[in-house]
Amino acid sequence: MEAIKLLRKTMLAGVGLGLAFGVAGVSDTAHAAWEPKKPVEFVVMAGKGGGADKLARLIQSIIAKHKFASKPFTPINKPGGSGAEALVYANTAKNPNHTIMVTLNSFYTTPMRQPGINVDISKFAPIARMAEDTFLLWVNKDSGIKDVSSFVAAAKKAGDKWIMAGTGKGQEDQLLTDFLNTAYGLNMKYVPYKGGGRVAKELAGNNANSTVNNPSEQLGFYQAGKTAAIAAFTPARLELFADAPTFKELGKDFVYFMQRSVVGAPGMSKEAESFYRGVFARVYASDEWQSYMQKKSLYGGFLTGKRLMSYWEREKSIHKAMLKKMGEIK
Amino acid sequence: METLQLLFDGFAVAFLPVNLVLIILGCAVGLFIGAMPGLGSVNGVAILLPVTFLVPPTSAMIFLAAIYYGAMYGGAISSIMLGIPGASTAVATTFDGRPLALQGKADMALVAAATASFVGGTISVILFTAFAPPLAEFALVFGSPEIFALMLLAFATFVGLGGDDIPKTLFSIFIGLVFGAVGLDIVSGQPRLIFGEIIGFMHGINFLVLAIGIYGICEMLWTIESNKGNVMISQATMSFRGLLSALKELIGTWKTMVMGSFLGFFVGILPAAGATPGSLMAYGTAKQLSKDPDTFGEGNVDGVVAPEAANNAASTGAMLPMLTLGIPGSPTTAILLGGIVIWGLEPGPMLFIDQQEFVWGLIASLYAANLVALLLNVAMIPAFIWILKLPFTILAPIIFILCIVGGFVPTLDMHDVWLMLIFGVVGYLMRKLDYPLAPAVLAIVLGPLAEPALRQSILMSGGEVSIFFTRPIASVIMIVALVLLLLPLYPIIKRRLTVKAR
Repeated sequence: MEAIKLLRKTMLAGVGLGLAFGVAGVSDTAHAAWEPKKPVEFVVMAGKGGGADKLARLIQSIIAKHKFASKPFTPINKPGGSGAEALVYANTAKNPNHTIMVTLNSFYTTPMRQPGINVDISKFAPIARMAEDTFLLWVNKDSGIKDVSSFVAAAKKAGDKWIMAGTGKGQEDQLLTDFLNTAYGLNMKYVPYKGGGRVAKELAGNNANSTVNNPSEQLGFYQAGKTAAIAAFTPARLELFADAPTFKELGKDFVYFMQRSVVGAPGMSKEAESFYRGVFARVYASDEWQSYMQKKSLYGGFLTGKRLMSYWEREKSIHKAMLKKMGEIK
Repeated sequence: METLQLLFDGFAVAFLPVNLVLIILGCAVGLFIGAMPGLGSVNGVAILLPVTFLVPPTSAMIFLAAIYYGAMYGGAISSIMLGIPGASTAVATTFDGRPLALQGKADMALVAAATASFVGGTISVILFTAFAPPLAEFALVFGSPEIFALMLLAFATFVGLGGDDIPKTLFSIFIGLVFGAVGLDIVSGQPRLIFGEIIGFMHGINFLVLAIGIYGICEMLWTIESNKGNVMISQATMSFRGLLSALKELIGTWKTMVMGSFLGFFVGILPAAGATPGSLMAYGTAKQLSKDPDTFGEGNVDGVVAPEAANNAASTGAMLPMLTLGIPGSPTTAILLGGIVIWGLEPGPMLFIDQQEFVWGLIASLYAANLVALLLNVAMIPAFIWILKLPFTILAPIIFILCIVGGFVPTLDMHDVWLMLIFGVVGYLMRKLDYPLAPAVLAIVLGPLAEPALRQSILMSGGEVSIFFTRPIASVIMIVALVLLLLPLYPIIKRRLTVKAR
């Protein structure tokens, strides 16, 4: 088991690095061909201080620190409507060669839930998937719950008094809550909050019974011994939470990730696209990014081009099915 | 004792030459950013975050914290001098700071703001030093029912803010609440009141857009109408003797300063609240406690002192959940939090244990930043006064430009600029018809905090309103809020009863 995991990781890293160097090599020639002529707008689908915002600012600082680009990357926050505002902004960008965007899973779900905004995500330039964030099932340590079976027993007993806190409605956390409700015959009540940090706090403060936070959101409380992870929505156990089994091990074949990808505005030229690929391949390979991924228990290798496109297609159909089941779309 | 030892170690870090230079530089930058309408500490910290990679994490944090502090001082300057809130946290300062400036007492208002900021900052840093860990525990149990009760209390402190015309005050509040409801509703996940698919409404109506419209544009139209542009705005002067007499008068406001500091700090440590509601609540409370509440809004020094003490105290308070829980208490601390993560530190309960040099270096530098910001601010007052001596014909276009910039910068969206201009004109008309405008500003700040908290609470309880009375902290706040809300009815009922008795 361990050996396989290690092998997998090395392979992933190898692929990532190979891609990184490969693309970086290409981009060196592309450098001469195309470079940004003014600061690059780095659109963020969240407000200042949100998860996507922190990521954009980390990337911005890595690019600035290592001088991966001759012009600065400037984060612009467009937090409205679960990413709708950002999507429309990028979709109609006046200067697509200088507009890129950091995206999450709302990249798939928001255009489906709000067809009126008229966004076709296959028109966006596939620059880079930087990582996939993972999800775990969390409970407060005070509850004494140590595994999924005691969680299910307690939640069954509480019925709709069991509170699952999550971020937003019809988004990642609620998709997972719905899965748990269906898979284990539960009737948990979903209470949406603004932001994963707040959700994590509500669990630590005993104002909620469980959450499906990303590791980065719960890490502080976890380390302080306030909360515990009892299961992971990943294909294999996470290194940081080796005691939490995967749902696959528990007989429920369910895996879910949050993409952390960078896309180019529709209409971006091929030259510009390959320039940004080069930049982000180097960011991916940088020590700062690698250590961030490890610390935050992020998954996934570097993806770009056609492979990123087909990844989106697959995720899009998964999300469509889930939203349909929830009755959020027809 | 151990805490004191740690604090002294912290001072050793803060007084390293590089850090001291960063504190002074940060305060100066912050002062400027805070004084620019539309630009607040959140913009300053976000813009300068990447720069901090040139120095070690502790120095970087000290620099950003100094900007944060400087901006809190600076926000008051344009609120008082130009009548445009320099930052969201300084909206309440315009209520009385502006009338004071118009009466030729700008020096008084500026000194009051700076002194109150210093007192607020100092009291809150002392509270932070002494009680950080237990307060963090307290912030943790503070859930949605408690937040809603607190917001109701904030509304309650503002009963009567609009004067005697209750229907017009209610109208103003409701308009503010409706504006506050625009944008994504997180509980249902649906956009609301976006008029079809107007993209600019999706991020909601930024309350600065309303505040700048009302206090900038509307105020300018008002002045043009009332004096035809012939008069100078104010005949303020600044002398050493004036400074001394101002300080003497301020001694009488010490109670308000202390009240504002404690209130601001307390509201600041609660997640999601931050300095803007804190300063508004402090203003309302100061008015409630005042012997002559009628002079509020017409140039009462207490009305400047309360919000300024509170917003500085709240900015320190907001660092507490950020450092101890990893949860930002305000948008600015959210970015600082991002910085901490990027520097490779893990915010959360373990930070105080694992990174003592960082934490205590930061706390010590807050003491230093507070003093530096005060000195810089007082030293600059003559320059600010000079601005007021410009003829209105020159000042008005400057104010107009600053309003436009201030409306554009937070979202980089022209939509908000148009909206701000409309608010300015409509606000002017409302003012002509004697509608109070401050309640609308209050409602657009507190509404978006109160509404989700109310609905989350009701969701948690399965529809039972009793949730606000069965939780100990929530019930205490709720009862105080209800008493405050119903108090103004008492004289009316009493009068009716005595009339009947006759």
